[in-house]
Amino acid sequence: MAFFTLPSAQDRGLIPEGRLTGPMPWVIAIMMFLTILAAAAGLSVRASADRVNADLAGRVTVQIVEANPDLRAEQAGAAVEALSKIRLVEKVEPVSETDVEEMLAPWIGSDGLDDTIPIPALIDLDLNGPATEANLDEIRDLLTDIAPAARIDAHGSWLKPVFNLLKSLQYLALGLVLLLAFATSATVLLAARSALDTHRETIDIMHLLGATDGQITRLFQRRIGLDAGFGGAVGIIAALMVLFFIAVQMGEIGSGLLESGLLRWHDWAILALIPIGGIVLAMLTARVTIMRALRKML
Amino acid sequence: MDSIVQFENVGLRYGTDTETLSDISFTLFPGRFYFLTGASGAGKSSLLRLLFLAQRPSRGLIKLFGTDAVTLPREELPALRRRIGVVFQDFRLVPHLSAFDNIALPLRVAGVSERELQQPVAETLDWVGIGERASARPATLSGGEQQRVAIARAVISRPEILVADEPTGNVDPDMALRLLQLFEALNKLGTTVVVATHDLHLLSKVKNAQMMRLDKGRLSDPTGALRYPPRPGDAGQGG
Repeated sequence: MAFFTLPSAQDRGLIPEGRLTGPMPWVIAIMMFLTILAAAAGLSVRASADRVNADLAGRVTVQIVEANPDLRAEQAGAAVEALSKIRLVEKVEPVSETDVEEMLAPWIGSDGLDDTIPIPALIDLDLNGPATEANLDEIRDLLTDIAPAARIDAHGSWLKPVFNLLKSLQYLALGLVLLLAFATSATVLLAARSALDTHRETIDIMHLLGATDGQITRLFQRRIGLDAGFGGAVGIIAALMVLFFIAVQMGEIGSGLLESGLLRWHDWAILALIPIGGIVLAMLTARVTIMRALRKML
Repeated sequence: MDSIVQFENVGLRYGTDTETLSDISFTLFPGRFYFLTGASGAGKSSLLRLLFLAQRPSRGLIKLFGTDAVTLPREELPALRRRIGVVFQDFRLVPHLSAFDNIALPLRVAGVSERELQQPVAETLDWVGIGERASARPATLSGGEQQRVAIARAVISRPEILVADEPTGNVDPDMALRLLQLFEALNKLGTTVVVATHDLHLLSKVKNAQMMRLDKGRLSDPTGALRYPPRPGDAGQGG
């Protein structure tokens, strides 16, 4: 493919080896730095959402809300037995009264529960799949007769607003990445036009000696690709240093939620691909810009 | 004999000005030597620009090597241009390239390998007498040396037509004669040579050369090439 065909060593000398494009490599370095940080933020939010979702997606709690303690215990026992028998449920774990008291201690104190306060019996379930409406309906149907006082809560639904926020943050990060890619393209476009003007005389001579648009374009494309490569390398090194610093600080805090945002190996692979994408984008922009300009000449 | 260049009723107009060239019709044949004369501003350079495909005419027909160069898609122009060698009036050497690399440029454009182009470039440098200045950049060369690099670049790929615009304009009479001898030598190898000059004294230096004279954008002999010596009315066109 012509896009990847490089000019020979001697052809490269046709365009002076000094930087063609002025401050472009440094502008691209800044763009890459910001792009990688924006992408890392987006990927971190996604990692966090994925991890929380994986923890909660199949988790359901059944509450037996019955004031009569005997009836509550009877319905809870029947529910545990019935739920243990269906394929949809992987694990059934009744929550002990002690655990419930511990959970409620911040609100009602640690002196134990007063018998006059009806506390629901809780049964934690791990499903063999996500807690979809269909799966929840199956559980509801099962418990309708044997535990009419049962209420079913999917853990994921409690965090739905949080997931929505995380999704919005991901879209914001994606938008920033796209904006920065657009700005990078615009920078390269201006740099390519400037380079064309600077070397118009050489281009005219080459045209009159029989050079094709493709031959001339490759000279500029390579030069701009090298400048973009330099910018990409500087940008990713700076961004990795910042990310490493932040990762160390997150580790020191030791918060589960923060740690859930640590990047996974494929997130790092995506970040590593950003400078490569930047170089390809710069070369493609340069190619299109220069080819269009050359077509206006004879 | 088949013609190598054919102009029919060619006109050239820049913008909305009056025509720079009008009703130009002539035919050039392979292996001949042609002078194009005329006063400064007569349109010689414009005619040559049409000839070496730097410009399309506003009207008329131009055929080069049997191909209609007026309607030829621009993607196909490079192949036609590679068959034409050009010595520009202002040399137009690439300033950051050495004499060697300037001369090698047409071969590199044509895809000749570095190994294959070393010998012909060195030989051509010697042929024009500047072998020892191979690595010099144009800025360090004298006007005559630059002229010879420009000629060497124009002939290195053995073009079928050599077009030279005032090639002796910047050199002393001795050098002018030597350059003309280079053109003659090339012509004897079969290349059609077209030299634009306002110096009528040069015309007598090349035997069997034919002359076309431009006057205010029109060929003074609309039938085409005139044989030297010029008719009495053609004298005094220099300047």
